[in-house]
Amino acid sequence: MEQFVQQLINGLSLGTIYALIALGYTMVYGILRLINFAHGDVYMVGAFFGYYVARFISTQLGYVPSMLNFFLVLAASMAGCAILGFVIERGAYRPLRRAPRLNALITAIGISLLLENLGQLVFGADPKDFPNLIPRTTLSIGVLTVSNIQLIVVATAIVLTLGLEFIVHRTKMGTAMRAVSFSGDAAGLMGININRVISFTFVLGSALAAAAGILVGLYNPKIDPLMGIMPGLKAFVAAVLGGIGNIPGAILGGLIMGTAETFTVGYLSSTYRDAITFVILVAVLLFRPTGLLGTPARSKF
Amino acid sequence: MIETGKKLRRLSACVGLLSLVVLAATCAPQDKTIRIGVFSSLTGNTATFGISSKYGIQMAADEWNSRGGLLGKPIELIIEDDQSKPEEAALAITKLINQNKVSAILGEIASSRTLAGAPIAQRAGIPLITPASTNPKVTKVGDFIFRVCYTDSFQGVVCARFAVQKLGLKRLAILKDIKNDYSIGLADYFRQNVQALGAQIVTEESYSEGDTDFRAQITSMKAANPEGIFIPGYYTEAGLIAKQVAEQNLNVRLIGGDGWDSPRTVEIGGAAVEGAFFCNHYSAEDTARLVQDFVAMFKKKHNEVPDAMAPLSYDAANLLFAAIQSAGSAEGHAIRDAIASTKDFPGVCGSITIDAERNARKSAIMLQISGGKLKKYDVIYP
Amino acid sequence: MPNRLTVSASSTQRTFTWYALYALVIMLLSRTVVGWVGAYYEQILIFIGINITLAVSLNLVLGFAGQFSIGHAGFMALGGYSSAALSYFVLNPALMSLPLDGMLHAVLENVALAIVLFAGGIAAAIAGLLVGIPTLRLRGDYLAIATLGMGEIIRVVILNTNFVGGARGFTDIPRWTGFTWVYLIAGACVLVVRNLIASTSGRALTALREDEDAAAAMGINTTRHKVMAFVLGAFFAGMAGGLLAHYMQYLHTNSFTFLRSIEIVVFVVLGGGGSITGSIIAAAVLTVLPEALRVAQSWRMVSYSLLLVIMMLTRPQGLMGGREFHWSWILPRRKQA
Repeated sequence: MEQFVQQLINGLSLGTIYALIALGYTMVYGILRLINFAHGDVYMVGAFFGYYVARFISTQLGYVPSMLNFFLVLAASMAGCAILGFVIERGAYRPLRRAPRLNALITAIGISLLLENLGQLVFGADPKDFPNLIPRTTLSIGVLTVSNIQLIVVATAIVLTLGLEFIVHRTKMGTAMRAVSFSGDAAGLMGININRVISFTFVLGSALAAAAGILVGLYNPKIDPLMGIMPGLKAFVAAVLGGIGNIPGAILGGLIMGTAETFTVGYLSSTYRDAITFVILVAVLLFRPTGLLGTPARSKF
Repeated sequence: MIETGKKLRRLSACVGLLSLVVLAATCAPQDKTIRIGVFSSLTGNTATFGISSKYGIQMAADEWNSRGGLLGKPIELIIEDDQSKPEEAALAITKLINQNKVSAILGEIASSRTLAGAPIAQRAGIPLITPASTNPKVTKVGDFIFRVCYTDSFQGVVCARFAVQKLGLKRLAILKDIKNDYSIGLADYFRQNVQALGAQIVTEESYSEGDTDFRAQITSMKAANPEGIFIPGYYTEAGLIAKQVAEQNLNVRLIGGDGWDSPRTVEIGGAAVEGAFFCNHYSAEDTARLVQDFVAMFKKKHNEVPDAMAPLSYDAANLLFAAIQSAGSAEGHAIRDAIASTKDFPGVCGSITIDAERNARKSAIMLQISGGKLKKYDVIYP
Repeated sequence: MPNRLTVSASSTQRTFTWYALYALVIMLLSRTVVGWVGAYYEQILIFIGINITLAVSLNLVLGFAGQFSIGHAGFMALGGYSSAALSYFVLNPALMSLPLDGMLHAVLENVALAIVLFAGGIAAAIAGLLVGIPTLRLRGDYLAIATLGMGEIIRVVILNTNFVGGARGFTDIPRWTGFTWVYLIAGACVLVVRNLIASTSGRALTALREDEDAAAAMGINTTRHKVMAFVLGAFFAGMAGGLLAHYMQYLHTNSFTFLRSIEIVVFVVLGGGGSITGSIIAAAVLTVLPEALRVAQSWRMVSYSLLLVIMMLTRPQGLMGGREFHWSWILPRRKQA
């Protein structure tokens, strides 16, 4: 029983990370119908931004209280990735908006490879130790253990998701985003500046990816230029699982993926950890192709 | 139609240009140097090992060149990247042999890529020394293929004996990297030897290279109540695993293989790796001059303590150069015979004797991490 | 059902004549040109040939039938491993045990290779059928992600199958292939796909690419056609895997990650979906490109990915944009409309 609860805690915290990355995928897909393969690499860049900002703070500014330090790093990295997301969309995706969707996909893959290879060159291929922004303490409840970092990860994720929900449902820009997602052309006819909405979506998604990068850095303090590939892929699967284009769905999908993985390790076999992800995915797609919370597809390929 | 014709012409111009570039890149080599080919994973998922291997080889070549080179000629290293992919390794090795006409080849860390390239070197009669491919099959490819590291079997025996006999552990767990042949091989031999020594493997879990979350595996292992965990992985994961083991209040002995050797293990693992043991080729704090000179030089050049790949590659290169020197020729068969007769070659990673199976016989050192430093704990001879 | 091949007897005959001619040329080339260009370029040519087979077979699924599959590497792996297992455990020991002289041995070796390649193709085709029937009900990106998942599952299963080497890789596969076989298979693949496209079934495929609902309304059995294209694509991917295995003498699951599948998708899209010529050119160019970029040293893969993006931005319709090579491009034009 303790093992079960401990695995549940492990799974949910892993799932939170997937969920944060999945949010970016799902928003971009909802609006552009584009699988932004470079998203996982933006997450990697976010972690590295954080790494350098934290080093800058510790060497140039001296002592900064840990919570303030964390927020500074988080904000700087989110801002940096927001710019990166903006540039990627402007430079690589916008020229292809009217081209077949496969082309945009290949471009996304190209950008992803570019970021990975550039990352290996600029940051170095060896893994880096992400600075310990917040001293780690472990809370033990009986035999169960939860670290303060786990709590911070979950809390930050909740705050960010609520913020996102607010933007999407309570602001003018959010309304415009939903309109574009429903039908880009119709939204354009209604006077919505589609380019701005799409840019904004990328900015938002990339900032969330950066946040995920920082949180992972705190949680599992090892970052390297290829760290985005597998989590990126799994987060995408999570987004599909929850119903792509659907924000609560991405969260749900991420949490399910995280727990499914840890329970596979705990009760079946750790060798099939990665395979189980895809088994679930294929099963869900076959029996509920639009994902758990998705609405039936309106458009064809 | 006319338009397509124009496009076709433009296209063929492009293709032509590309082939020119290829030709230019591989222009006919001159015989004023001793050419040594190096294939290594400079990009891709094991780039960190490949780059550090390249550094080790370059250092050895620089030292020989500053002493006047080989057979009166300077050594020219031709270094090719294989993107951490087996087919690319095969292409790189073919290019080195056929385009650059190298005399010998140094390379690959990963057994999977050495195995993809070794048959080509063997067919061409070009000696190949791998610095760190531990799969026993590698040197079985043929009589031109050598290695300067331990095989999985030797290290497995060393770690098992150490855990069971020295530390007196009776219940052991294994956490291995399922995608890494080094890790799987080491885990297999460790398991066999632990069981032969009368101790028990209570659970065996696995992860995949690049993973960062091992909590689920650790929680499962905790339920099996082991006294020690053997982690036959690389430093890219070892520190993080140790950290997560500590996080779950699992107080056990951690034991690792030579893949742990890097400043990153301590950097990432921090307090969690304190007291852990791992098997290694050398100790960076060894007072022997060879070791101290190497570590000092590496620090000077790359501003960091080397990981295990650098000294192994340094040794492989030095052994090769010494063999060419003693053979007095840069011809394949002569070099091969000289390498095969290597005895007690003084390397940074201990003295190397090449046995009849073309493997290196050398001693292993057990290091303990204490106070953030690596302390020599025990030396084990084959 | 109106989907029998409408290729007439004489055109079938012509096809065979063309292929026989092509085979002859390839065999002659393998003796002369290969010896002349040297082993390095030969190896590049062989990888180009294997990539052409992969690209053209995926083009059938992706470019002509419009089914977005990114699991091609999985079928390739399955074909490679099963053909290698057959030759390593059964045919090669059998061949070695026969007391044969050089000539007969060489002939039997080629027969054995044909058998194992075909077996590898069939194994991949069966997997394609098993994967295709359920997943091809999905459309677009959902199909893409499902096939990607299937490809990864195949890889993880192989990784954990010990008798084919698991994570250590499959070693000591006999070296039975070379330039000739690779290009014979590539040519066969091109020919089969080309003839299929020209047939009624091919027309049905392009129809369902353009609009699946409309195609169904016209009485086309869409599922059946999609599955057929998928199975055929998987078959040739499996053959390509077998070729790779018997050329490299070594297989490792790292060769078949989803990045490999994506690489094949890139061949098709960059060449222009629905153009066989385009797939061939793109496969050749993108195989040569990383080699040509070796001069760039550590910037090599950065420039490769940058070039990929630039090519996509400047020529979004692909190199050939759906058109095919025709003799009239280079030969003096005869009088025709």
